[in-house]
Amino acid sequence: MIPAPFTYQRAGSVDEALSLAAEGGDDAKFLAGGHSLLPLMKLRLAVPDVLVDIGRLSELSYVREDNGHIAVGALTTHHDVANSGLLGGELPLLAHAAGQVGDPQIRHRGTIGGSLVHSDPAGDLPAVILVLDATLVAQGPAGRREIPAGEFFEGLFETALEPGELLTEIRIPRPAQAGWSFQKFTKRAIDWAIVGAAVQGDQVALVHMGSTPLRATAVEQALAGGAAPADAAAHAAEGTSPPEDINADREYREHLARVLVARGLAEARSRA
Amino acid sequence: MTVNGTTVDAEVPDRTLLVHFLRDVAGLTATNVGCDTTSCGACTVLLDGQSVKSCTVLAAQADGHQVTTVEGLANGDGEMHPVQRAFHAEHGLQCGFCTPGMVMATVSLLAENPRPTEEQVRTGLEGNLCRCTGYHNIVRAVLAAADGGEGQ
Repeated sequence: MIPAPFTYQRAGSVDEALSLAAEGGDDAKFLAGGHSLLPLMKLRLAVPDVLVDIGRLSELSYVREDNGHIAVGALTTHHDVANSGLLGGELPLLAHAAGQVGDPQIRHRGTIGGSLVHSDPAGDLPAVILVLDATLVAQGPAGRREIPAGEFFEGLFETALEPGELLTEIRIPRPAQAGWSFQKFTKRAIDWAIVGAAVQGDQVALVHMGSTPLRATAVEQALAGGAAPADAAAHAAEGTSPPEDINADREYREHLARVLVARGLAEARSRA
Repeated sequence: MTVNGTTVDAEVPDRTLLVHFLRDVAGLTATNVGCDTTSCGACTVLLDGQSVKSCTVLAAQADGHQVTTVEGLANGDGEMHPVQRAFHAEHGLQCGFCTPGMVMATVSLLAENPRPTEEQVRTGLEGNLCRCTGYHNIVRAVLAAADGGEGQ
């Protein structure tokens, strides 16, 4: 399988990437690691006319402290996120979850930014970014803007990015509560999560329980009201609209959400 | 790009995948196309020393970089790489189709973690499927290569 024909262009800077994308118009796409986009292109589910390769913009690959936040460059690979000493110390949830994405080969190529802009509700990192109250920094023809994670994921494969806008950085505040857990249920390592749960303190987000990653609002409210974790977890499926597919029907996903959130809250508390 | 230490220069269509470049342009056919969907790992090669699935990398993305295939592991005298020797000694293969990818994934794994536990070997190779299900001897071979202290 090979992708449909397209024109490959390589950007040497962020500015050049933006202008190449603008010239390419609606059918231009940015190519980072390519581990979400190229498989879609091989299946002809994505048929861009122009690929703007941003994979060599090493200035977008970093993890650093910045003004009280942790800033992660959008082109940082899952491997580098997973092995970052700074993230391991400050945001172990993110480092751990990045180490669970796909398999080692995928983590060597796939990037955090690529995984977020792909906006697959079955992806691991969107839920992690959501539970950590991150801010996504985008650059586009109209300049730079910041988008809260809660407003970034708009639907299956849809984000708040405008055409021609490039995600450049993810900014994450230090969590108020230290305990964390990442729970993912899959059949094989390389499969998307059938359901997953990301927990940071009393904040909980769900993987693959709707068309976007979701905060488990009912669980968070129960915890805020003083409920025990096991009782709060019983609310995990409230307000969700899980998809049905070959792996799971709606009821089974709801069950998994309750079980995984209960496990996640218990593990997070054991680490607090 | 540089493949196994040799410069390979060619004009190819933009949509050419690295695995096809290696097989059809560079003439290095040991790297197999297995599932073609980033799942099975049969097409694993090293890109700047790190394992990647070459069915999911454009040749253009590897332009100017260092690629190593299983043909590039043996030294100039034809002496096999320690990981190859370990796969041979431990019979870490059955039909052999996954073997080039398994060997390359192992070289990358041992470069990052020279002394893995058995569990680390199993998770470290989770991106590679053996259709014969011959995993036990493969894991044994990786542990032997690591024990030999020559896994680099």
